Amino acid sequence: MGLLSKKDAALIKDPLADNNPITIQVLGICSALAITAELEASIVMSISVLFVLGIGNVVISLMRNIIPSKIRIIVQLIVVATLVIIVDLVLKAFAYELSKTLSVFVGLIITNCIIMGRFEAFALGNGPWRSFLDGIGNALGYAVILIIVGFFRELLGSGTLLGIPVLGDPIEKTGLYALGYENNGFMLLSPMALIVVGIIIWVQRTRNKTLIED
Amino acid sequence: MGLKNSLHNFREKNKDKKWLPAFSAIHTFLFLPNETTHNGTHIKAADDLKRTMNIVIMAMVPCLIFGMFNAGYQHHVAFGDIQQATGGFFSSEFWTMDNFMVGFWKVLPLVIVSYGVGLAIEILFAIKNSHEVEEGYLVTGMLVPLIIPIDTPLWMLAVAVAFGVVIGKEVFGGTGMNILNPALTIRAFLFFAYPTWMSGDKVWVQGAVARDKAIAAGENLDAISGETILGSLAQNKGAGYDVMDMFYGLIPGSVGETSTLIILIGAGILIFTKIGSWRIMLSSVLGALAMGLIFNFAVSSEWITESSKFYGLMSTTWWHHLLIGGFAFGTVFMATDPVTASQTNKGKWIYGFLVGFISIMIRVFNPAYPEGVMLAILLMNVFAPTIDHYVVQGNVKKRMKRLKVKTA
Repeated sequence: MGLLSKKDAALIKDPLADNNPITIQVLGICSALAITAELEASIVMSISVLFVLGIGNVVISLMRNIIPSKIRIIVQLIVVATLVIIVDLVLKAFAYELSKTLSVFVGLIITNCIIMGRFEAFALGNGPWRSFLDGIGNALGYAVILIIVGFFRELLGSGTLLGIPVLGDPIEKTGLYALGYENNGFMLLSPMALIVVGIIIWVQRTRNKTLIED
Repeated sequence: MGLKNSLHNFREKNKDKKWLPAFSAIHTFLFLPNETTHNGTHIKAADDLKRTMNIVIMAMVPCLIFGMFNAGYQHHVAFGDIQQATGGFFSSEFWTMDNFMVGFWKVLPLVIVSYGVGLAIEILFAIKNSHEVEEGYLVTGMLVPLIIPIDTPLWMLAVAVAFGVVIGKEVFGGTGMNILNPALTIRAFLFFAYPTWMSGDKVWVQGAVARDKAIAAGENLDAISGETILGSLAQNKGAGYDVMDMFYGLIPGSVGETSTLIILIGAGILIFTKIGSWRIMLSSVLGALAMGLIFNFAVSSEWITESSKFYGLMSTTWWHHLLIGGFAFGTVFMATDPVTASQTNKGKWIYGFLVGFISIMIRVFNPAYPEGVMLAILLMNVFAPTIDHYVVQGNVKKRMKRLKVKTA
């Protein structure tokens, strides 16, 4: 990493693994449960959060010395809301079908705990460059989990990936379906997302015992 | 004693090996281990976990055997090979070798898959966590084949068992630590994952699904319909069976759940050996009857008319709810599971009553989930510790008051 100093690189790398916003800090669970039934929706959601968190962190960081601390939550909300509206309008304009799938959850990025959490915990106390890296890192950590969960839920629940059938045709009975395989309808329900996230947490803490708190 | 001693020596020699729990699980299952206490113990009880589990299994064996006969009987009646039995429980049309063999060859693979997958996972976790294999799965493995439709594909059962044992039990720490009843977790998984195999009018009769496929492929055959009583009541079609048939269990349904009479025998064994709690069974029956009476009252005061989609199930005579569906089986074998039920006596009354009450409520109000018993027991499993907590706190408060009165 010639581009980044070691300390800066950690800002990106930590949230990807040992300080993951979803599996370690358990933030942003709501959207992880709601929109991960399809991989495409997970990816778009991840990109949206990446955009909002990256830019938002920079904006807050630039304004950090002029925001009165009594009204900082409101200022943060306005910044986030502005960015989310941009995302929402872009999605509606260029990916209308998808924006219907994501429905209210794009709007709910505003209340996503990861974003407010990073504003409060990091952007208010650090410079714009480091805040930018921190935002990107946390959004990527969020994205990794969303994409893993979305991958398994779409593959096992609908037998497709990004809408493309990969296991054969369930109606024509080709591929795996000819052997009697059937899609797991439970995977499409939200509880299963919680269980998949739980399994990721389990695997992660088995590999790194220091993460286990009692 | 040669074999027994050499097995014991073998065990001693390999004490530090990783796979030892797997060996000793099978070893103690077949032989009495050498390290049992011989004298000087102060608590004398003849039952241990293994014996408790064995008695529950023995109580379930009549259900299993009856289920095999019934599976063959339903198959032959639906395919028009034999007439419907008219003589009730002892009909000669029912207890035939032919019926038994059809059921036997369908149920046996279910039992084998259920035990095979479940025990493999138990042993895997025991080796990984280096503790002994616990006997908890013995009962679960027997319950599972009894509460699923006869035609459930084996790989689905295997997936569900793996899910149920890992997520329902092992992640909480194994036998005795689970919050939800593992057998019901397995059934709930099947129900939500593969709903077409767990409900409808095809899955309850062996061969009906295959027949449907043949018809779809263009063969000229009559479609088979084996709707459960709950299913046809939900469609306002009437029960279609008389009360004695419901009681004897000559009706379509999951393998072991149909015969209330046989389940009562199992209940007798459980209550006599004090393994199943009579408080839970009785209060759950009371809860179901109470809900049934409320629904009957709603119908008789004409709040619900025949045009309502709830009419069929609401107008069912209040005590018939005990005979149809999985209510009896669930109450006797699942709600009484000592790990997931309430522990205190007062708690058991509350827990049982709510199980019965909510079962019938779900059954009537949500025809998409006819098996309300499963969902009611799982729901109450979650609340059982809360009920216990308040019962214990209530007792503490009462005693504190008594203490104050005395000292004042």
